[in-house]
Amino acid sequence: MVDQWRRVGRARTGTPRLVWGAVTLAVLVLGAVFLPWLGELDESLIHYESVRLAPSLEHPFGTDAGGRDLLLRAFAGLRVSLLVAVLCAVISTVLGVLIGGLSGAVGGWPDRLMMRFVDTLNSVPHLLLGIVIVALYRGNLTAVVASIALTHWTTVARIVRAEVLSLRERPFIDAAISGGASRWRILHRHLVPAVVPQAAMSAVLLLPHAVWHETALSFLGLGLPPHMASIGNILAESRAAVMTGAWWVVAFPSLVLIATTLAVSGLASVWRDRLVPRRRSELAL
Amino acid sequence: MLSGTGLVAGYRRGVTVLSNVDIKVDRGAVLGLAGPSGCGKSTLAKVLTLLHEPWAGEVTLDDVVVRRFRHAAPRAQRTAIGVVFQQPRLSVDPRFTLREIVVEPLAANGFPAEVGDLAERVGLTEDLLGRRPHEVSDGQLQRACLARALALKPRYLVCDEMTAMLDASTTAALVGVVQEEVHTAGVGVLAISHDEELLSVWADDVQRWV
Repeated sequence: MVDQWRRVGRARTGTPRLVWGAVTLAVLVLGAVFLPWLGELDESLIHYESVRLAPSLEHPFGTDAGGRDLLLRAFAGLRVSLLVAVLCAVISTVLGVLIGGLSGAVGGWPDRLMMRFVDTLNSVPHLLLGIVIVALYRGNLTAVVASIALTHWTTVARIVRAEVLSLRERPFIDAAISGGASRWRILHRHLVPAVVPQAAMSAVLLLPHAVWHETALSFLGLGLPPHMASIGNILAESRAAVMTGAWWVVAFPSLVLIATTLAVSGLASVWRDRLVPRRRSELAL
Repeated sequence: MLSGTGLVAGYRRGVTVLSNVDIKVDRGAVLGLAGPSGCGKSTLAKVLTLLHEPWAGEVTLDDVVVRRFRHAAPRAQRTAIGVVFQQPRLSVDPRFTLREIVVEPLAANGFPAEVGDLAERVGLTEDLLGRRPHEVSDGQLQRACLARALALKPRYLVCDEMTAMLDASTTAALVGVVQEEVHTAGVGVLAISHDEELLSVWADDVQRWV
């Protein structure tokens, strides 16, 4: 009976969020991948005859100060933002799993030292730290990715370390040691596979965050070079245009950004909610 | 001979669990250890299997004094002493199949990861070997744990309440497997249990803690 309810509960948790999130994300990703190709957008060309046109059938999102179609530009920008976000999420997760896993598995003073380092990193606002890193290697994709990844692995590291600390006290680790397994073998056979679901979850939660971070950096003029469309660049360029009454240059790129982050975090929260009952039943065991 | 002399051990500073314990496990014999729960039997098991470093006293393995414990203990010393814990469910990685559980010590020591006759000796079928822990009973899981402990042909075996969670027929089967090891391979066994009746038929000699 309880099992039955649990199954029903699990199947139904957040289904509308799941559907909406999946559909929105699919549309956005497909748009980001295919629209810039189909539209043959040349970002270096400026069309003086079509500067700041209001949304119309020909230009559904209107055009920007350079006369370029905003629908195409926004999705080209989204493509760059998503690429940066995925790279950041993957790199910070790998770093976090490695550092958090080792820290928890080794324990003792190396662990304490590493955790104080993490505290120190966290005590500085991430955006500030990111700005310092970007400022050192200005204006390329690698610098932006590095600045976000190097400030965000700490969250994953903490989660992984906590999980490893609880795992390594379990009897099956004792059994492995007795069976002659090395520290390294225990780490990669038992501890890392156990934290993979948690780490994957935090990677997905990092995605929308990284999109915003990249946008913020580009908006401040520290991110990608101006000719590369990213949502942040487009928004930064369009600040002046708003004053002339061209609301669409801010509204539509922002909408794309907001829809992306809401879709990803919606999906992530459904995933988390569905993980929770499984973890509960593990505890009951 | 696996022995401990003057063992003092505990987990938290100031709280002694074992105080001045002497124990001797001979090869080819079964030493029973009985006592109420909480008296330190499991701690003694962890010390003798080199999984917990004692605060004082000495563990001697075949005339060699053990200086280091857990990972720091030489692999040959660690693997010379097999161990079976009380709760099979907690002592296996839930992600492994029973086959992976049994061959893990072999793989960890660079031997071919083959179950061989281990499964047959403890009574695990091919079907059971392919399942994961949540798909088998406690008794079936404990059979896998015993097979794992025997995989590296240890000279000593510490059974810490090995049969406490099991029914009578599984208990008899597992004790039978251990007895065969004692008689054919001369394994020295420390059988820890609160079940004196079991120890009276299983062990050659029983130590009682109060």
